[in-house]
Amino acid sequence: MSVTHTVPVSQGRRSFLGRILRAREVGLIVMIFALVALTSVTQPGFLFSDGGWRELLRQPTILILIALGEAIVIITRNIDLSVGSILCLSAYAAGSLFSNFPGIPIPLVILSGILLGAFLGLVNGLLVAFLRVPSLVITLGTLYTYRGIAILWIGPHFIRSSWLPDEYRSFGTLQFLGIPVLLIVVAIIVLLIGWFMTSRRVGRDLYALGSNPEAATLFGLGERRLTVTAFVASGALAGLGGLVYLAIFATGDAQVGTGYELQAVAAAVVGGVAIVGGSGTIWGVALGAFFLATISNALPVLGVPSLWQQSIVGVLIVGAILLDRIVFITRIRRAKRKGTAT
Amino acid sequence: MNYTALLELHGVTKTFGAVAALVNAELVLKAGSIHAVIGENGAGKSTLVKIIGGLYRRDAGTFLLDGESVDFHNTREAKAAGIAVIYQEPTLFPDLSVAENLFVGRQPYTRFGALDRAKMRRETRELTQRLGVPIDPDREARGLSIADQQVVEIAKSISVGAKVIVMDEPTAALSGIEVERLMGIARQLRDEGKGLIFISHRFDEVFALCDVITVMRDGSYVATNLTTVTTEDEIIHQMVGRSVDNLYSKQEALIGEPVLEVEHLTSAGVFQDVSFTVRSGEIVCLAGLVGAGRSEIARAVFGVDPYDSGSVRMGGISVPRTSPAAAMRLGIGFVPEDRRKQGLAMTAGIQSNITLAIRHKLARFGFIIAPLEEPSARTWAARLQVKMYALDTEAQMLSGGNQQKVVLGKWLATKPKLLIVDEPTRGIDVGTKAEVHRLLSELAGTGVALLMISSELPEVMGMADRVLVVREGRITAELPRATATPQNVMYAATHAPEVAA
Repeated sequence: MSVTHTVPVSQGRRSFLGRILRAREVGLIVMIFALVALTSVTQPGFLFSDGGWRELLRQPTILILIALGEAIVIITRNIDLSVGSILCLSAYAAGSLFSNFPGIPIPLVILSGILLGAFLGLVNGLLVAFLRVPSLVITLGTLYTYRGIAILWIGPHFIRSSWLPDEYRSFGTLQFLGIPVLLIVVAIIVLLIGWFMTSRRVGRDLYALGSNPEAATLFGLGERRLTVTAFVASGALAGLGGLVYLAIFATGDAQVGTGYELQAVAAAVVGGVAIVGGSGTIWGVALGAFFLATISNALPVLGVPSLWQQSIVGVLIVGAILLDRIVFITRIRRAKRKGTAT
Repeated sequence: MNYTALLELHGVTKTFGAVAALVNAELVLKAGSIHAVIGENGAGKSTLVKIIGGLYRRDAGTFLLDGESVDFHNTREAKAAGIAVIYQEPTLFPDLSVAENLFVGRQPYTRFGALDRAKMRRETRELTQRLGVPIDPDREARGLSIADQQVVEIAKSISVGAKVIVMDEPTAALSGIEVERLMGIARQLRDEGKGLIFISHRFDEVFALCDVITVMRDGSYVATNLTTVTTEDEIIHQMVGRSVDNLYSKQEALIGEPVLEVEHLTSAGVFQDVSFTVRSGEIVCLAGLVGAGRSEIARAVFGVDPYDSGSVRMGGISVPRTSPAAAMRLGIGFVPEDRRKQGLAMTAGIQSNITLAIRHKLARFGFIIAPLEEPSARTWAARLQVKMYALDTEAQMLSGGNQQKVVLGKWLATKPKLLIVDEPTRGIDVGTKAEVHRLLSELAGTGVALLMISSELPEVMGMADRVLVVREGRITAELPRATATPQNVMYAATHAPEVAA
């Protein structure tokens, strides 16, 4: 009953080792180690001091969290520019909860911060999904709106470390087997989200939506629901980022998180997420964020003038995009040359 | 045996604003059969497909599936009811693997709650093998040929248990072998008891493959024929439904000196050794199948695309390579194939679209303001009878026919010596089509040389003073008006040139 044509099966499998070596993640790990090694050789205190080791491992956690959310949004071929403002609102909300309700259970405050972020993300998502206005415009608007709310609310005040319960502050410095607990928590979150994005339907649907939005519509994939989901996730992670910021720095004013949105986009791109959506891994994003945060830590230690630091980050972003483009083009060529099964 | 049809449409109507896209469509699809729906462009086939697939909702009429009335609000509902639509350009997710594309939205889980990739891989391999086209389940969909993408779509429709499979012009972008393969798969599905709707405009395929042929014209149902008892002539008659002669009114024009001279134009792998001339007042048609390289020749002449060797001269002056600006200065106008993407600034008004190519002439001290544009825009809009509310109406608000008039107006305003028109009447209603033909014919009457690309044979027959048939990048026949017939044009378009030719 079947039609018999002799057609070669297209052999697209690369060697396991080849795939490992080509992965963005490996390159990032190598670069992170190289950077840390280089910096420690010049300034041993960067790594081999009490504070050095801790800062190296815990500072990146904030950027990792918001970059994860940003990546989920970018994977759906959207962008979220409001994450810095959301982070600020969440941090201040948590701070004032502690100050206004002494003795409030810490989990409740954490939950409130995350929910506030999720709510602000929900607003973003609903606006993007139902107004059908590009997310760049919507979240540029909410970037300023949320920041404006923060400025109105916080005014000239700032969070004082005395507002925070000791347990919460110690959370920022707590270590387990020499590793900051914050990093462990964030690593678990990375693993959970990474697993979700690769192994659950909704995760794959998010990739599918960004890969071909028209097809998603024709298919009835539920692109509105998915868009809202991505923005809520991004908002919730930015909210969590605010809580981590509070735990680490124990202070903050109405300008907290300014410019974080671009760092988050940069981390996602350096981590291998295509700005047009559809591809990139959560592991890559986490490493990309860790790498960028480590650069910001290391360059001043190395005595690189602050003027140069931004340019270096910029070159890395352009480099990452160029690399993606080259990989993409060679992959297309290879696919074409292989000729597919005809 | 209590026999009901798999899918029935009666009196189905769909209108968009004032435009009736579909009027009283009729279709009765039986299980285990392949049903062709054919008609000219704009006959309503695509609208019909979209209603069946749940993308549009009908305004009136009955739609029965397995004898029960259905009304789909979205594609998801149609799919759940067992309808699969395979579009001409398949809609896969390029970043996902073939297996994931097959299972998107309904991926199986292992008992640990993760995607069961092994199962997806296995079933994908089985399905594609069953269709005779094994495709690596792990490769990403990006880079698959259109034919293979269709196979993936078909495999997907089988695996969701679709009863009705609609193929919307699936063979348009396929090579000969791929078409054979697709037809084999279609027969296999028919023998398994599925109902197939096959949209096509290729007679040979329709007659070779289908059991029943439904003909549509201008959005309406015309007739349903059994393939075994009908003939191509009968189908053509039903499709056209009118005499071809009175549609195209070419006026006699005085043919003068050569305007465009193209010699030995070659672009490796695209077209080879193309030589022809177009004289003033003459309409020269490039005929041939889609993909033969006609548009590419026109684009090279106008300087949009590069070429490797050969020469293009306008009135004896050499036209520089890859410079549309220089081509325009030498008097060439170019109305492209896709007016939405290449011909118009869709969000700009009619006025700025018409004056776009002459804005340097209209500008004063480097500035252009609306009052400077208005007279020319008004003149051309009136002469071409563009139906509009105001000159600043956005181009995207106009109908296809009126958009095409605006593009024509833009180039006529430059007073070209040579106008290249690529598929000038594609997707335009019959009335406006005749107007466009009249305009082009008048233009030739004023001494403009016209190079026209058209895939519609009646249009070629009606308009051309000379027909150049292009096949696989070469001109295989040159036929003067007197001897050009649909038969010999079609023959030259599909057969390798004879030694003498």
